[in-house]
Amino acid sequence: MISALWVMVGISLLLGAVLGYSAIKFKVEGNPLVEKIDAVLPQTQCGQCGFPGCKPYAEAIAKGEADINKCPPGGEEGIHKLAELLGVEFKPFGEGAGPRAKAVAFIDEQTCIGCTLCLQACPVDAIAGAAKQMHTIIASECTGCELCLAPCPVDCISMQPIEENIGNWKWQYPAIPIVQVNPR
Amino acid sequence: MRQLHKFHGGVHPPTHKEESTRTPIAQAAIPSKLVIPLHQHVGNRAVPVVQVGERVLKGQIIGRPDGRLSSAVHASTSGTVSAIEMQVVAHHSGLPDLCVTLIPDGKDEWIAHSGVDYKQTPHTELRHILRQAGIVGLGGAVFPSDMKSYSNKHKIKTLVLNGAECEPYITCDDLLMRERAADILRGAEVLRELLYAEEVLIGIEDNKPEAIAAMRQAVQDDKHQFMEVIAVPTLYPGGGAKQLIRVLTGIEVAAGVRSTEMGTQCFNVATAYCVWRAITFGEPLLSRIVTVTGNVDRPQNYEVLLGTPVSELVKQAGNKPDTNRHIMGGPMMGVDLPSGAVGVTKATNCIIEASPALFPPPPPALPCIRCTRCADVCPADLQPQELYWFAKARDFGKTQEYSLFDCIECGACAYVCPSQIPLVQYYRFAKSEIWQREQEHQAAEIARERHEFRVLRLEREKQEKAERLAQKERAAVAAKPVAPTPAPALADPNADPDDTLQMRIDAAVARAKEQVAATEPPKNTDALTPQQQAEIAEIEARRAKFHEIASHAGADDESPKQS
Repeated sequence: MISALWVMVGISLLLGAVLGYSAIKFKVEGNPLVEKIDAVLPQTQCGQCGFPGCKPYAEAIAKGEADINKCPPGGEEGIHKLAELLGVEFKPFGEGAGPRAKAVAFIDEQTCIGCTLCLQACPVDAIAGAAKQMHTIIASECTGCELCLAPCPVDCISMQPIEENIGNWKWQYPAIPIVQVNPR
Repeated sequence: MRQLHKFHGGVHPPTHKEESTRTPIAQAAIPSKLVIPLHQHVGNRAVPVVQVGERVLKGQIIGRPDGRLSSAVHASTSGTVSAIEMQVVAHHSGLPDLCVTLIPDGKDEWIAHSGVDYKQTPHTELRHILRQAGIVGLGGAVFPSDMKSYSNKHKIKTLVLNGAECEPYITCDDLLMRERAADILRGAEVLRELLYAEEVLIGIEDNKPEAIAAMRQAVQDDKHQFMEVIAVPTLYPGGGAKQLIRVLTGIEVAAGVRSTEMGTQCFNVATAYCVWRAITFGEPLLSRIVTVTGNVDRPQNYEVLLGTPVSELVKQAGNKPDTNRHIMGGPMMGVDLPSGAVGVTKATNCIIEASPALFPPPPPALPCIRCTRCADVCPADLQPQELYWFAKARDFGKTQEYSLFDCIECGACAYVCPSQIPLVQYYRFAKSEIWQREQEHQAAEIARERHEFRVLRLEREKQEKAERLAQKERAAVAAKPVAPTPAPALADPNADPDDTLQMRIDAAVARAKEQVAATEPPKNTDALTPQQQAEIAEIEARRAKFHEIASHAGADDESPKQS
């Protein structure tokens, strides 16, 4: 009887030690959920969600402080993915908060005075220029976040929608044309 | 006798090849204008290097290759560049792309060109010649040939020369092999040397006996040691690179693996011909053989200058009035051209004039009945009915699980489908959706990296600034011994901020005073010679005189104004 008790106590101590050790040894740094949410977000860093970038928004979602429908660049598909990841209901965009057509910023170089304000606003360093020198957008790196529009003192930045060309064209879903068979 | 192998599936559509093989290759007339797209190959679009209004010679480069994977584009004949602009090109989308419009002068005047002896020339240079000559795969994939003629990573045992030409209606390679077999084989020999391949297997479908005979004759005549012409069974899509490699060598090129990794490389016969012309004669790729067939009076093969508008080409074959569209390529995999104005490109092997009688519009698609006939004929051994199912439901993850990207879009599945479902369209839709997502994902990753780096950079700059300030402060402290009262600084280098500040101010004031004392500014009126003084006096006198006159004039001016 006593020996059985000792054996049980021994086992529990041993297992407890193993668990305690592995909790320290294999400790997960940071919240893995944040990383997963951040991977779904489109990384435009536009702040349209009300947070200063995608990572802070992901952190807010993980903490349950933010809704999942606050990211217009991600589109409805983004909300679906977040809903699936978090196991919550799909939530449509609010009134007038839907996604806009993809665009890149464009600087009217005739008007630009070289004030560097947009350079400081760009979250992905996609504007090249220096003080009192003309600035220009590196279009391939621009995420279309529109953060450079507001600081420009001469309003020389505009958003240019990305047009369909041979490079970005894609096949459409095969649609069956509707034909009127019985005209009346 | 060589043991041939089989690939899975395949279909036997009516070949319709006899119509266009009755007459030899004809030279197409120089058209009234040439519309030459700058993107006729896989890779980056060529960069235009001519100006509007410039006169160019036949064979002159008008678009230089841009980057590693790209190819040059040339003027197909001599003439004047009339425009460099976006024009509709031969593409599924019907969207415009950058083209050079050339108005031929009819002289067909060559630029100075000369070839080299390939045996005496280093391989790097040969590849450079191919790149500058704009040689790309003419079987339809238009992959730059210089990029395919490497063998440094993998040992290439077999070079497969593709003369199968399995698609219905197309006969351009057939006629080329009948008429120019010797040059094709010489080109193949150059490619073999470049690849250090041990053997060249030339696969030709057995519905082309004349071509097989001509090629065998040429092998004998030129005593090519490592070459063998092999008749392969006629079975669509036996001309697909992977399928032909399978039939000839028994090697099955696995998914996501290049054929070079399996020791084989495949070139089209027309590509081999162009390689020979480019290396030995310095002739860039300016024209190609195009089959013009279908709803025309005289179906035939033409040697056509690249850029020739399709409408002008088909007129020469006598196109009939009830033609409603032009198909580029074959009926199975071809592209419906958006207009007759598009120029012939390096990928244009065939133009089929289609009429409602010849190609009736497809009946409406019916529901899939899961008969799996498509799976029986699929040459890639896929499950087309499953792929269709998932593509239709937009379940792209599942389509990838079912190896969507092994699909070669040959159309055999849609050909046998009893419900007439446009299966290939679904696969293309799914593929382009997946590509787009992949691109967006990559763009997001780059944006994330750039953003993280920016945050890091701002942090670093802040730190550096703080460090610089601290360093200055330390420097000031260290500089203190020279100042009048160095004792406290020396005694305590870590003096509190107020002290250092006060010391700095004191030092600065002291320095300023010293400077003022040291630099009493010299005057230019000191130490003058008597002559100079006389001069100055004279000038002063003159100045006084002018002042007097000016004040009088001012008074004079005022009086008329008042009156």
